[in-house]
Amino acid sequence: MAYVAVKGGEKAITNAHRWLAEDRRGDTAAPEIEVAQLREQLSLAVDRVMSEGSCYDRDLAALAIKQSRGDLPEAIFLTRAYRTTLPRFGASLPVETAQMAVRRRVSAAFKDIPGGQVLGPTFDYTHRLLDFTLAADGETPIDGATQADEALAYPMPTIASVFAHEDLLEADARTAEAEPFDLTREPMAFPAGRDQRLQALARGDEGFLLSLAYSSQRGWGSTHPLCAEIRLGEVAVEFVPDELGFAIEIGEVTLTECQMISTDAGGVDKAPQFTRGYGLTFGHCERKAMSMAIVDRALRDGAANEASAPVQDEEFVLYHSDNVEASGFVQHLKLPHYVDFQADLQLIRRLRREHAAREAAMKEAAE
Amino acid sequence: MNARPNEPERYYNYAYLDEQTKRMIRRSILKALAIPGYQVPFGSREMPVPYGWGTGGIQLTAAIIGPDDVYKCIDQGADDTTNAVSIRRFFAQVADVAVTEDTGEATIIQTRHRIPEQPLKAGQVLVFQVPQPEPLRGLEARETETRAMHAYEEYGLQYVSLYESVATYGRIASTVGYPTMVDERYLMSPSPIPKFDNPKMGDNEAILLFGAGREKRIYAVPPHTTVRSLDFEDYPFETQTWDENCALCGAQDSYLDEVVLDDTGARMFVCSDSHFCADRRAAGHVGPMADHQLAALETEPT
Repeated sequence: MAYVAVKGGEKAITNAHRWLAEDRRGDTAAPEIEVAQLREQLSLAVDRVMSEGSCYDRDLAALAIKQSRGDLPEAIFLTRAYRTTLPRFGASLPVETAQMAVRRRVSAAFKDIPGGQVLGPTFDYTHRLLDFTLAADGETPIDGATQADEALAYPMPTIASVFAHEDLLEADARTAEAEPFDLTREPMAFPAGRDQRLQALARGDEGFLLSLAYSSQRGWGSTHPLCAEIRLGEVAVEFVPDELGFAIEIGEVTLTECQMISTDAGGVDKAPQFTRGYGLTFGHCERKAMSMAIVDRALRDGAANEASAPVQDEEFVLYHSDNVEASGFVQHLKLPHYVDFQADLQLIRRLRREHAAREAAMKEAAE
Repeated sequence: MNARPNEPERYYNYAYLDEQTKRMIRRSILKALAIPGYQVPFGSREMPVPYGWGTGGIQLTAAIIGPDDVYKCIDQGADDTTNAVSIRRFFAQVADVAVTEDTGEATIIQTRHRIPEQPLKAGQVLVFQVPQPEPLRGLEARETETRAMHAYEEYGLQYVSLYESVATYGRIASTVGYPTMVDERYLMSPSPIPKFDNPKMGDNEAILLFGAGREKRIYAVPPHTTVRSLDFEDYPFETQTWDENCALCGAQDSYLDEVVLDDTGARMFVCSDSHFCADRRAAGHVGPMADHQLAALETEPT
């Protein structure tokens, strides 16, 4: 058969875009999905897109999910490409997760802790049985949760406060004065500060961090982590505008925070202590927050030159955690490479000719 | 939330990037020009095309383009490859700029994997899309290490690698992205152009800018700078040659693409530089398969 050369790109692109739009819509017998439906009913997908897209906007994230046909890395990419065009006014004050209006808070370290264990909306103890009533048309009746008359504890004590009087847990190394490093404005630099590392992890691909954390648990650079606390809820965001000179509250965000603790046997100059790994995400991304906390802690071993496993290697982890970068570079291989391939073809043909000539000469010499 | 119609030019700044970002990129370009071949880290932005599609080149173009520019974009040497069409369309839309396929007429030429056959002139800028700016990356995975190697001009590892190639294959078996030494100081990746194009970089009248978006690096070769392809006295640098001529225009000295014609091994060789080929045909040069359908498609206006 004859091959048809791929030329005339303009027409091809236009038609591909039309076809893509058709496929996005699917069968028009089914009603078009609304952005508000995605925002409300695919809320965990929205949370992931906001987290890895570094942009807290539920409507935009839902729109990106709709436009990307549910391909979340693609939705994250759309969100990032939009976010990067927005002006940056400055950095907010650090959010006070100790002041969080908590919806969920669990600790695996103590049976009971001040403030108590609050399960909240979690899949943890559901039986993973497909619920066919959800497949039936129309609304499924919801048996709402019982609401307490008043908050159980506010503010909810943090795990750090539980340890505070014994000095068992290392203190927070907070440097609130300096404006934090911003990877969206500055290129990656090594050795990475903790702010840069945490930002990279917060933007990092959930799957990649999950696998790294898992590898650490299985023995590839173990940190022996223990989940001291996970909390989910709303915190206020405060900002100091130059023209005012004092902090004002500009909004509220939902966050998931995870504190992992590891034992540190100490040394000559340092008493044994528990050390921490930290995970923080927009919305409810518990798997991501826990993975991030484990990887954060593992990277500290790398900083102490004890690196031997991938998860402890700062360059390896931080350079490869971004799914927009990774997805782009892996998939760019489908762009034309015929100039390069022609060069390779030439080389291989030439080397084969030389190889054949050598073989023939050897054979001749042997006879 | 209001629906946003799909008209980027109404919602974004001229040439897409905001002016602050453009200024940051122009500063990086100036630094790159001042230290030929040195990789300048810059605050690369997320662009509306994926990493690997030319985000570095697009940012360079966006930072230097103005309404009076004439823009040409090629991929694999050709103006009509899909990604070149897409990027050209992007700048026609967001920068309201004149576009051309004519190498001589363009003020900014963005390229992936080729340098045009027609020599460039003073006043032109050639913008390369670069996937991996670090020439030593294949030999040393760590950025912290390679930056130190450049700082100390410690390029022995590169020469050992070329020597190993000679020992194994009887020749330097590098074909694209062939390592170069710029101004006898910095080892530089020419981006994945075939080594056929390497000699065009040295003493060029035009400015050569290289942008790596994902890796967040910019580097440059200013006009009339020496660019030497590494070699050995007894194994001198050589470029690709073909036994065939271009089937469409008969050119004997251009980089050729191989086009497979059927399942039985029939093939034709055509110029990779589509404008160079079309120009020659317009001037009356005829190759052995000048009537082939590729000739018709390549002259189709876009």
